[in-house]
Order: sequence, then C-alpha cells, then structure tokens
Amino acid sequence: MGSIPSAVKHCLSYETLAQDYPWLARWLQEEKYGAICEFPKTVKIVEVGPRDGLQNEKEMVPTEVKIQLINMLSETGLPVIEATSFVSFKWVPQMADHVDVLKGITKSPHVKYPVLTPNLRGYQAAVEAGATEVAVFGSASETFSKKNINCSIKESMLRFKEVISSAKQAGIPVRGYVSCALGCPYEGHIEPAKVTEVAKMMYDLGCYEISLGDTIGVGTPKLMANMLQSVMKEIPTSALAVHCHDTHGQALANILIALQMGISVVDSSVAGLGGCPYAPGASGNVSTEDVVYMLHGLGIETGVNLSKVINAGEFICQALNRRTHSKVAQATVKS
Amino acid sequence: MSSCLNIEFGAAAGKPLPAKVKIVEVGPRDGLQNEQTIVPAEVKIRLIDMLSEAGLPVIEATSFVSPKWVPQMADQVEVMQGIHKKPGVNYPVLTPNLKGFQAAVKAGAQEVAIFGAASELFSKKNINCSVEESLQRFEEVTKAAKAQGVLVRGYVSCVLGCPYEGKVSPEKVAHVAKRLYAMGCYEISLGDTTGVGTPGGMSEMLEAVKQEVPVDALAVHCHDTYGQALANILVALQMGISVVDSSIAGLGGCPYAKGASGNVATEDVVYMLHGLGIQTGVDLHKLMDAGAFICQFLNRRTSSKVSQAACKL
Repeated sequence: MGSIPSAVKHCLSYETLAQDYPWLARWLQEEKYGAICEFPKTVKIVEVGPRDGLQNEKEMVPTEVKIQLINMLSETGLPVIEATSFVSFKWVPQMADHVDVLKGITKSPHVKYPVLTPNLRGYQAAVEAGATEVAVFGSASETFSKKNINCSIKESMLRFKEVISSAKQAGIPVRGYVSCALGCPYEGHIEPAKVTEVAKMMYDLGCYEISLGDTIGVGTPKLMANMLQSVMKEIPTSALAVHCHDTHGQALANILIALQMGISVVDSSVAGLGGCPYAPGASGNVSTEDVVYMLHGLGIETGVNLSKVINAGEFICQALNRRTHSKVAQATVKS
Repeated sequence: MSSCLNIEFGAAAGKPLPAKVKIVEVGPRDGLQNEQTIVPAEVKIRLIDMLSEAGLPVIEATSFVSPKWVPQMADQVEVMQGIHKKPGVNYPVLTPNLKGFQAAVKAGAQEVAIFGAASELFSKKNINCSVEESLQRFEEVTKAAKAQGVLVRGYVSCVLGCPYEGKVSPEKVAHVAKRLYAMGCYEISLGDTTGVGTPGGMSEMLEAVKQEVPVDALAVHCHDTYGQALANILVALQMGISVVDSSIAGLGGCPYAKGASGNVATEDVVYMLHGLGIQTGVDLHKLMDAGAFICQFLNRRTSSKVSQAACKL
C-alpha cells in the first residue's frame, strides 16, 4: 500500500473504502503511475475435466481412459487437475473407479490432484487412496443444496467441518466450491450476499481457496461483478476462483470481468467436457483450450502448453466419440 | 471518486458501459454468404422479415456482388424488392464497386456498405486489388452515394489478424478506418475476420482507431472462431463502442478454418447485453424463433449457445 497518496491515507474512511472497493488501491496506483496492466500477470488454471467434466458425460468412461487423460493433462503444464470424486457410486456411477484412478495415475511433482470428498467417509477413503488435497462442495441456494446433496446448507457445513478438521490435522489442504453463485435452476436469482455468506463460512472453516461457480451458466458480466464485489469484501481476492459454465456462451466474458477485478484462479474443463444436466443438449463447463487462448492473448502466463491441451482434448473426444466443445480446438484440429 | 466507481467492470479507462447498443444483423448477408447450401429467395425474405419483427434496427439484406463470385447472393434484386421494409429499420446492402452500387440503388437500396481490409495480402486475395486501389474504388461509390443521399457504411476486415499476414498493426487499421471515414462513411465496422483476436489486441486496436475516428462512428464485428467474440465485444463496450455486428444463429462458418464457427451469434450477444442492463430494442424470443427457422431450413444446428440451452428446466 506504500504508494497511496498520503492525503487519501489519512482520510478517516480509507480503510473502509479499500474494503468496500478492493480495486481502490490499484486505481490510486494507476492515477499516480499511469495506466497499469489491469490483468493479473499469472493465472492458475484448475482443470476439472476428469471430474466435473466426465461426471456429466453420459458415456461410462473406462478407468484406463480416465488415467490416460489425466496423465496427458499432467504433461501440459496445468498446475491443478481434479482427478476424481469420492462420492458413493450409487449417486455418481461415473466416479465408481475413484480408487483405481487415483492410484493409477502418474503423479507429476509439479501438479496437484485434488479429489472431491462430500463427507468424512469419502475423505477417509480418499486419503487411504493417496489423496493429498481434497475439495468440498457447498451451494448458495438452499433448494439446490437439498436436491443435489440431500441436505440444507447448514447441514452441509457441518459435514464439511468434519472433513476440514480431519484434513487440517493431516496437513491436507481443502478447496471449497460454492455452486449457483450467479443463479439457481430452482430458485432463479441468487443474492450476492447469500453467496458471500456461504463462501465466508467455508473460508472460515479452513478452505484455502473458494471457487465460485456459475453452475448453470446463466450469469453475465454485471452479475459476476456484483457477486465478486460482495464476496471480495469478506475473502481475500487471492483466495478466490471462478468456475464459469458456458451454457449461454457467457463464460469467457464473465472470466474477463473476474480477471479485471483481480481474480487469478480460473476453473475450466478440457474440450469443454461435461454438458449441463439442466438443459439437455446445452454445453456446460468452459473449455480449457479457449480460456488458455484468451489468457495467452492477454499476455497472462499460465504455464500451460496449449497444443498439448488440445491433444488431450482430442484424445478424450475420440474416446467419447463426440465433438469437442472447444472453439479453439474446432478451429485448429483438422477435421 | 465517482469515476472510480464506474470501474465496477475493472476497466482502466473507468468509462461506464453504453446505455444502448445498436445491433447490426449481418446473418442474411455475411452469414448466408458463408453457408454451403444455396438458400432460395423466399426463405431469405422470410428470414429478413422475421428479423425485422424481432426489433433489430439494422439488417444487412444482401450483396450486390457478381453472382460469379458469390452465387448465394445471385437473387439480390429479388430479395431487396421482396422484403417487407419495416419503418425505422435500415437494410444496407454490400456494394463492392460503382456498378454494384448502381444496381443496388436501382433495386431500392437506401444504404450501402463497402469492404476494405487492413491487410494487403487479404485485399489482393479477397477482392483482387491492393488496399489503396480498393479505397479508390470506394471513393467512386461514396461520391455517387453522397450525390444521391444514400448512406454508406465502411467495413475494415482483418483488424486483429490476417489469415495470410498474421499480425496486423493497429496503425494500419486506423489508417484504413480514417480513409473510409474521411470519404464519407457514417460508420466504420472493425472486423476480426478470422476470430483470432483476444481482448488485449482488441483494446490496443481500438485505442489506435479512436485517435482517428470518433468512437460513436465505430462498430465491432467479431468472429467467434476461437470462442473470443463475447469477451472482445465486452472490452469494446468498455471502451465506448455502442454498435455491434452479429449474425442470427451464428450463421456463417469460417472459410479459413474448415469446421470452425464464424460470426458471433446475435442471440448470445443480446443475452449478454440485456444481462448488462443495456438496451437493444430486440426481443430475444422472436430472435430465437428466426434462428430456429433458418436452422431448420439449413438442416443444421444453431451455433448460438443461448438457443441450444433454450430447452430449459
């Protein structure tokens, strides 16, 4: 904060202003030094294709294909690859092979492999299978929470508390997700204050990062900005990520706004794997290829080799016998 | 402090988004021109009429190029004379030269469009002459148009990259835009012809062009070949642009990348603009109906994600 004009610093409410408008410090720096780069220098991409993506694919994907996909992604420079989910196979048959996948992949020393753990039982199974990072999934919508994980938001927090307590003791980092951050398929509009409330609960419980998800891809940049403005009052920007769905084609625009507001962690899915369970035929996750293309075009470093991601995408689409959702891949891969 | 509160969208310039955006619908011309299936005149006419009913203020109806080059547009006169011209809606047509202009006016056109390029190679390969030669041809058109009270819109293609030359300098784009504006074009549409642009390139290019042409006279024409269109449009809006070209159902592939998408879908643009609280005058449902109509005829899936998602919960 060293470069803030002293007149402003001495303004009584500066601290409040800085809290209410997190970009204030950057704006003041800009005024003094001229326009600065409005985007982060580096962005961490969290690849959710093997879990969030495949989970939403109708086709059952063989374990060896999942393993090969993750191994290919491990060679692309992606720093985080969500490998699988320790939920009951009754609910998510696609993830029934979670132990085999986690044990079968070749873990790169440069990559983290978080796994989803909805409760203590799942967490324990994950650790036994070698997990060194886990993730828990909350919701900003009561109805979505009840329909998706069969309990209220409050009850889910109690479950997460158990997971996080155990994880803390074992030195295992926990990532938190908040779904329906920009809208709910059942409740419609979700107030930013509600998203903030749930995100803060998870952060205070001990999640090191909170990924804010536009679960049905209804959000547009203004909704994203309003939601982030609210959440950023309670949680440091560096601990936030955005998880945008491209169901209405808005994902990259929403990610752009998030970057302009200081977010530097973006979730995406290779080949845009994973449709939308709430809109049959629609797309779901934003494609990693398209996100990386945009970030590199903006001069933002990701450490990711785009061609290798495109190859991994080609591989899984061939295995699934379907076309990639990534426009970059469509434009570069000769059909 | 109030200017910094406008940075709720994080733009360094701190300029608020426009309250209104004019959408220029290019589907019936730019879109269909790139479709393989030849569309009969009556289908084109019906499409344009549906688009008029959807509230679009400008609909590019057809192109007065030689049918030898663009067979899809061979029915240009029939289309021009067959559409129901809704009061308050403009129906510009493409006119590559004086001959095309004269034919267009004869067929009832009240607004025409001319197409320059920011890349020499693209100009040579696309319209068989250098950029300077093309500007001279266009001057003939703008002179004649002025004399007859016909409006002229100028396009600059390859503003964020060229399929032959690669990178295109913002200064070159600004130069061509300036020439078109100076010769009488009321509006200049800056086209990312191969969709390679990203928001950084878009803002750099617009900074250069805004030095030469007033921002109110500028439009962006983004292709979605690499999925970047809406992000590029958002940055353009942040820089004061308030005219956006788009194509119903994302009609029109990319002739330079087989199987890839081309124009950005009007439905997706309108969805974003309305979500931003920006007025367009467009009825999204009627728009989606028009998109469904043409996709049904072409027997292909819409490229609009909003339309794809329309079978909701």
